Amino acid sequence: MQASTLQAQGLSLGYGDRRIVDDLTLTVPTGKVTVIVGPNACGKSTFLRGLARLLPPSSGSVLLDGKSIHSIPSREVALRLNILPQGPIAPDGITVTDLVSRGRHPHQGYFRRWTAEDDAAVTAALTATDTLALAGRAVDELSGGQRQRVWIAMALAQRTGVLLLDEPTTYLDVSHQVEVLDLLTDLNETEGATVVMVLHELNLACRYADHLVVMKDGAVVTAGPPGSVLTETVVEQVFGMRCRVVPDPVSATPMIVPIGRHRIAA
Amino acid sequence: MTGIVAATRRREARRAGTVAIALGLVVLVLFALSLSYGSFQVSLPDIVRSLLGQPTPPQVDYIVRTLRLPRAILAVLTGLAFGIGGAIFQNLVRNPLASPDVIGVTAGASCSAVLAIVLFGASGGLITVIALTGALVTGALIYVLAWRGGGMGTYRFVLVGIGIGAALAGVMSFLLTRTDIRVAQDALIWLTGSLNARDWDDVRPLALAGLVLIPAALLLGRLLGGLQLGDDMAKGLGIGVERGRLGLLLTGVLLVATATAAAGPIAYVSFMSGPIAARLVRGGRPALLPAGLVGAAVVLAADFIGAHAIPGIIFPVGVITGVIGAPYLLWLLATANRTGRGE
Repeated sequence: MQASTLQAQGLSLGYGDRRIVDDLTLTVPTGKVTVIVGPNACGKSTFLRGLARLLPPSSGSVLLDGKSIHSIPSREVALRLNILPQGPIAPDGITVTDLVSRGRHPHQGYFRRWTAEDDAAVTAALTATDTLALAGRAVDELSGGQRQRVWIAMALAQRTGVLLLDEPTTYLDVSHQVEVLDLLTDLNETEGATVVMVLHELNLACRYADHLVVMKDGAVVTAGPPGSVLTETVVEQVFGMRCRVVPDPVSATPMIVPIGRHRIAA
Repeated sequence: MTGIVAATRRREARRAGTVAIALGLVVLVLFALSLSYGSFQVSLPDIVRSLLGQPTPPQVDYIVRTLRLPRAILAVLTGLAFGIGGAIFQNLVRNPLASPDVIGVTAGASCSAVLAIVLFGASGGLITVIALTGALVTGALIYVLAWRGGGMGTYRFVLVGIGIGAALAGVMSFLLTRTDIRVAQDALIWLTGSLNARDWDDVRPLALAGLVLIPAALLLGRLLGGLQLGDDMAKGLGIGVERGRLGLLLTGVLLVATATAAAGPIAYVSFMSGPIAARLVRGGRPALLPAGLVGAAVVLAADFIGAHAIPGIIFPVGVITGVIGAPYLLWLLATANRTGRGE
């Protein structure tokens, strides 16, 4: 596993004629946890897919270790960076072991056999995500939280320095959300992995991010440590909602308390 | 600590191996049976002697080597080709309905072959070339139509394919009603899928194609493990998704088309083999070789049943596979929506 640097330079992305991310420049801090937040349809998932070379840029570029990611052979990219997209598909009846093993694909050639090193990587990934006991089970029998951990295990088995995750906590209840975010923080702290993820939940985003990127309409509004970035004005400007920002009693990071039209104490 | 992972992988590999060996044995037994059984019975030792070129009783060599052997080999090869070709499509599109005989690729091969037979009186190698061209054009058309707007929706692929298949069926009916009745009858028998009166000239092109295409399919099949997880995931794993998919589809189309050219579109073999193999192997792996072996076993068995079930009547192999396959298609259509597996 090697630490890699990742940068977007003047990156524009879109589907067909529709431009979704516009001239975006961002340097992902290596070895840190970066969280991208923003309202629906602000282009945060598209940006993440662009970073992972799943979408070709209409202009600008993504630099992996200083080189344009599209000029590096895809398999080589897969050894340094991987992405867990939203809603991945598990084939019917596949076992946890088989699914996580598929994360080893970039480490294998057409003719290279499965080795003890692959076994060790899969086992380590399952251990890290606390799913080793499920190794022999079928993925479709698992609960949502277990399944999400298995997908993350697959990403880990790929052993890349950069992990991109598109809303890894959707469909999970709050305890499983915290569990997944703790797990990603573990990885960051013990292995020095660079983590970039899109999250919906602002308070958890502030708690777990070293670097918070706030997006609106395909552009970065502001980026930096959550404590200095997420102010009442920023939330109002980006999400169109009045709020109070108070220190999180647990982590001392910003905590957003929304203000609607009702239920306001005098 | 690598215990449980290694053990699970071993268990799955052992199961896949056992299934492949068992299917291979079934094919071997059916193969021997179709060489030995018939109006003139040949004993097993005589078959072996004849195949090895050792002296045998009179007529045995002619019956085994000239009459029965090409037919049996053709059954195995078409079964392998239909089975593997079908499983490639079904795995790529993640839908059992996406097999080439449901979505019109086979129809493309047979339609152009019928056109060649009816209009130019084509035969032999020429039919193979024309059927190949027809299947490739149909496959490309489905690919382009279903692809538009980026990303290949699985339902879209199946629906476009079924539509094209229906259009081709219309063209074929028109051709058949407009031609001389005897020519039409020949074409119809061919259209049912038949191994009757096939000789070494029919085997050769298919054997050559199989020699190249089957290893290519198995090698490219390694990409299916990633492609099954969705395009984004596959790209993230470093797989060249577009190129890989195109290579796999091309291999699948060529396999199905050469088999169709040799024996006609034997109904439902490519549709049934993949799901049966997947069910035997379990674990959601893309089981291409087992699918091919199931196909070979189905064609051998159906041809044997067609030839010997009712004395005096020889049914073309496609009639028998059709009788088995049609109810399976209905069952799949009826259950696909209920369990939501169709997506």
